[in-house]
Amino acid sequence: MGVVVVTRRLRVWGLLGALSTLTITYAAVLPEDRADLLYHYYSGGGVTISGPSLLVRKQVGQNFSLVANQYMDYITSASIDVMSYASPYKEQRTQQSLGVDYLNGKTTMTANYTSSIESDYKAGTTSFGVTQSMFGDLTTVTLGYSRGDDIVGQSTDPTFAKPVTRQNFQLGMSQIFTKSFLMNFDLETITDEGYLHNPYRNVRYSDGGTGYTLQSEVYPNTHISNTVAVRGKYYLPYRAAAEAEVRGYGDSWGVNAVSGMVGYTQPAWDDWILEFKYRLYNQGQASFYSDLFPYKDAQNFLARDKELSAYSYNMITAMASYEFAKGGWSFINKGSVNLSLSHFQFDYRDFRDITVKGYTAGNEPLYKFSSNVMQFFLSIWY
Amino acid sequence: MRLTIVVLLCLLGAGCSSVEPWVKPYERANLSDPIMSFGRDPVSSAYMEHVYEVREGARGALGGAGGGCGCN
Repeated sequence: MGVVVVTRRLRVWGLLGALSTLTITYAAVLPEDRADLLYHYYSGGGVTISGPSLLVRKQVGQNFSLVANQYMDYITSASIDVMSYASPYKEQRTQQSLGVDYLNGKTTMTANYTSSIESDYKAGTTSFGVTQSMFGDLTTVTLGYSRGDDIVGQSTDPTFAKPVTRQNFQLGMSQIFTKSFLMNFDLETITDEGYLHNPYRNVRYSDGGTGYTLQSEVYPNTHISNTVAVRGKYYLPYRAAAEAEVRGYGDSWGVNAVSGMVGYTQPAWDDWILEFKYRLYNQGQASFYSDLFPYKDAQNFLARDKELSAYSYNMITAMASYEFAKGGWSFINKGSVNLSLSHFQFDYRDFRDITVKGYTAGNEPLYKFSSNVMQFFLSIWY
Repeated sequence: MRLTIVVLLCLLGAGCSSVEPWVKPYERANLSDPIMSFGRDPVSSAYMEHVYEVREGARGALGGAGGGCGCN
């Protein structure tokens, strides 16, 4: 049974947005011509996701740059959600996107369309943006808008098809402060409307004794969120860079979150670039979340999605890049081979592991898990 | 109060005049170094942003793919 619990099914647009999001530069230039072939591997919490991604960008004429991406996920899931309510499953998702950048003077306009298809979820997102460089190219302002129209399906019912409409409103600014220091400021408002919960996921409520019973989750039909992020990067007195990021989030479901990241980039041995990052994330729970409701239909909205509970995670990343053909070779201007490894540790404060037997309802151990992410990719510039 | 109005008028006037870049184009060598990009590998940045989106209740303002000085 293709039970998809990974809530994130309903957030597939997030990846769509990632590739269709505006590219912020600090001067009015088109992105470099390059091609990247990436293999990604995620493992943790009973879930394994891997697959390739190919991104190709090519300038056409003096004013246009085209970009295309093909991305695939091969998913094997025995996550705690799946093991709590259903059976492990395998799934495949294919995402394709095509975009264009148009440069006119100090202004860059972008358009992008992305589609994502899996057996029980289809998404299509169209994005537009405009970037204006000003004040001697010290300041760059970006406005963006995207709209996604998704169809939520269900593997056990081929007639099940519920629409979701998503809209993203983005405002960004990049500012050069000194010859070694720059900052980015981002604001993003996202609105969702439609079928926003997961057709497979359940909540649980007390049976009045020591056990519990399941019922389907119920979410509001609208979701509005606001996010603000500030990033800074500093070129150190020797050739290396330090960066930091703070991001705050709040939404109409009562979830508030804050994250922070620090990073350090160090070139080494002429051809290598080493990079290290640490990220900390912390969030509070949604107003209608409960690990164990007191009785059936205890309130109008019901959620037991662990990503709507209170939790935190820590992440460390190490990445190494080796640059080759820096003097050019054949049609290639330069190339790089890159390996990135990340480790996450998640700790939930009010989401209990109900797959552990021998406990009364509400007294199971709190859930925690770790995951590892690997990226290996080849890049060439031409 | 009068001082505040004068200061605001000065700021407004300054905002309408052309701003002389205090970091000249020839002083942006450090900024144009690829290590100063917030996401110098778009395919990798996009993937990690997807991982964050999937694993976080929060969403948006992740910076997007790309970045860089573009000073060359």
